[in-house]
Amino acid sequence: MTNTVLRLSGITKRFGPLVANDAISFELGRGEVIALLGENGAGKTTLMNILFGHYVSDEGTVEAFGKQLPPGDPRAALDAGIGMVHQHFTLADNMTVLENIALGTQSLWRPSLDRAAARERIERLAADFGLSVDPAATVSTLSVGERQRVEILKALYRDARILILDEPTAVLTPAETDALFRTLKLLVAKGLSIIFISHKLHEVMAVSDRVLVLRSGRLSGERETKSTDRKELAALMVGQEVKPAEVTPVHAGEPLLVLDGVSTARHNGAGLDEVSLTLRAGEITGLAGVSGNGQAALAALIAGTQRPTGGRISIAGQAVGDWSPRAALGHGIARIPEDRHAVGTIGDMSVTENVIAERYGSSRFSRMGFLDWKAARRFAEEIIADYDVKCPSPEARIRLLSGGNMQKLILGRALDPEPAVILASQPTRGLDVGAVAYVHRMLLAARERGAAILLISEDLEEILALSDRIVVMSKGRLSPPSARGERSIRELGELMAGHGEERSDHAA
Amino acid sequence: MDALEILFTASFWVAAIRIASPLIFATMGELICERAGVLNLGIEGIMTAGAFAGWFTVYAGGDLWTGVLVAALAGGLFGLLHATLTVPLGLSQHVVGIGVTLLATSLTYFTYRLALPEVTSPPKIEPFQPLPIPGLSKLPVLGEALFSQTPLTYLAFVTVAVVAWVLYRTPLGLAVRAAGENPSAVEAQGISVTGIRMGAVVVGSALMAVGGAFLTMSAFNSFFFEMINGRGWICIALVVFGSWRPGKALLGAILFAAFDAYQVRLQQMSGGIVPYQVFLMMPYALSILALILVARRATYPKALMIPYQKGER
Repeated sequence: MTNTVLRLSGITKRFGPLVANDAISFELGRGEVIALLGENGAGKTTLMNILFGHYVSDEGTVEAFGKQLPPGDPRAALDAGIGMVHQHFTLADNMTVLENIALGTQSLWRPSLDRAAARERIERLAADFGLSVDPAATVSTLSVGERQRVEILKALYRDARILILDEPTAVLTPAETDALFRTLKLLVAKGLSIIFISHKLHEVMAVSDRVLVLRSGRLSGERETKSTDRKELAALMVGQEVKPAEVTPVHAGEPLLVLDGVSTARHNGAGLDEVSLTLRAGEITGLAGVSGNGQAALAALIAGTQRPTGGRISIAGQAVGDWSPRAALGHGIARIPEDRHAVGTIGDMSVTENVIAERYGSSRFSRMGFLDWKAARRFAEEIIADYDVKCPSPEARIRLLSGGNMQKLILGRALDPEPAVILASQPTRGLDVGAVAYVHRMLLAARERGAAILLISEDLEEILALSDRIVVMSKGRLSPPSARGERSIRELGELMAGHGEERSDHAA
Repeated sequence: MDALEILFTASFWVAAIRIASPLIFATMGELICERAGVLNLGIEGIMTAGAFAGWFTVYAGGDLWTGVLVAALAGGLFGLLHATLTVPLGLSQHVVGIGVTLLATSLTYFTYRLALPEVTSPPKIEPFQPLPIPGLSKLPVLGEALFSQTPLTYLAFVTVAVVAWVLYRTPLGLAVRAAGENPSAVEAQGISVTGIRMGAVVVGSALMAVGGAFLTMSAFNSFFFEMINGRGWICIALVVFGSWRPGKALLGAILFAAFDAYQVRLQQMSGGIVPYQVFLMMPYALSILALILVARRATYPKALMIPYQKGER
């Protein structure tokens, strides 16, 4: 191919015994969009970090525009015209858009930063590519979508000819995702080449010309997007056919947890603003929304880590008084926390210690103030067997487990013994397709035996697939619930963007 | 003379600015380190080393400016030690900082004893003399306070202006601030975080040492043990007080120095009725109060004290 802009040959990278990338080779053409598809842990991000010079590969070479890149040198990658939009944005929050973009673009020893020139160039690029953003704004005041635009501008500012986007839609609303896709089309029309990393099949089908599928560090397949379908790609990704969880109709029972006009302080984003919500037995309530709109506050409230500043909580028909994590556990609320590393587990403690972390004081695991290690170990072994957790032993430090296995342990801990209310915050975030299906099956099983479940997720497809009722959170407020299939994705997207609320403001 | 009249005397302000000068140097030094994301608790020891190095250079026959330069070099060396341990090796900044302070202080005393084994009273040098600036020094009160100081004090003020300019107006300053906010942003733009942070710690430490040298070469004329006397720790608080901004930190340094100059004068006035320790305590008590009032809402550099390791998962 004469039009080849990028060529990776035989890239291999090992982290200790783990082979993250195994002899991967591919080429990228001018004006082409390649989707790099794979489950979490398949090695997509590692591969891109090698390409960009963050990691040094053990074997193999990267060639951009016919010239080999020196390994481990981001500057060389930048100079060769490779721009990367990381999954976790690399922006300094307390600095302005202009400062973030101009960082490193002018000689460090210049006596003064040429802000006027930088500003002019940013504004021109923004206009050319439809990436409107105020250069003087501080990054911390921007929405996630705007921050991503800043990241793309950063790459364009440096004359990137090849743009790598790592899971770019994970944090976007449907409308923002559409806008991103339009931007990508514009970029391709101007001759840029794009590598789009994702594990969402429908996005891959929507934007790419060619799909590369990674599985356990190997290239397991390469397809023209035109001549493939989601089913085939999913099979390539997982190595087997994946059946989606089946939802059987269940009749909703008694309200088990009722929030009545509850408000809270801010917590990782907006706080709750007079939120009322009823969770019924045998029902999954899905909470959709763009992150930072109060989901974290709601999860913290139900988990007991945050106290309400107003309103009432009642559980199984009785108003609760003093609210704390202990009270929440005591009332039979099981928690699957959003961040399994920071909140869900204690990384440097053993599997056994982690599974009893919520209940070590109960008579089941302690006697006269001394821990009953035998009972604890038995419980850990039960979970490992019942939930098919791959782990060397109950004594292993939990941080050594993969995300999926960690989540299975958390599920096992939360679902024993049959909790009445389950709070599932982003229960499948970062999990691979197989583990996602497993988590879904377990939640549906809990629903069938009559648990009331609150499912908080940023993945709209997940919400639509599992929820009996859907509520949307925006700016700390909750939309009225809708039954399964009642609102379209578009309508939910508008509610997520807060449009429904604005419209009612205008009417009033 | 009553307690309020003191505030309007020129000699009070002359003293305040003189006391502030070493704090200004060292505070700027600490501020640079922290802006790049490294807390430098070596400050107290580095100031001690600077005080000795500058003074001893002059005592051994060097001229005053050579002394300042040697002090800066000594500080830079201890800074390099601190930076090597905390930046590429990513060790605890607290532990390394305290270690550097202990090492630099003891090494300084040891060197002093080796160099001057026989002396009982510290030998004196001819220190920097006041250099009135023509015209400006004739202004009432202000002229004497600001423009009749030694060249080293003028240098302190110039340093603040330079640090502020570099941090906010140059590409280098942008990189330093970004290294303290989000090092991966710096890395992603092709700049070495390690290089920026080490450079900041070395330069910052050199400034701390010049602050120490001010004491032996401008405020006094000899070196004695324990003379830094907690000034380094005060500078750490001043950086917080100034919300990591050079201008505000300068104000903080002058404010603290004014408290200090004031308490000395109050001591003399009180005639021994109130124990003098109460007055000695005053600047510190007031500093704590000021910190509570001013610095509660400070936005600190987000990556402060977080080691950055390239390519870490």
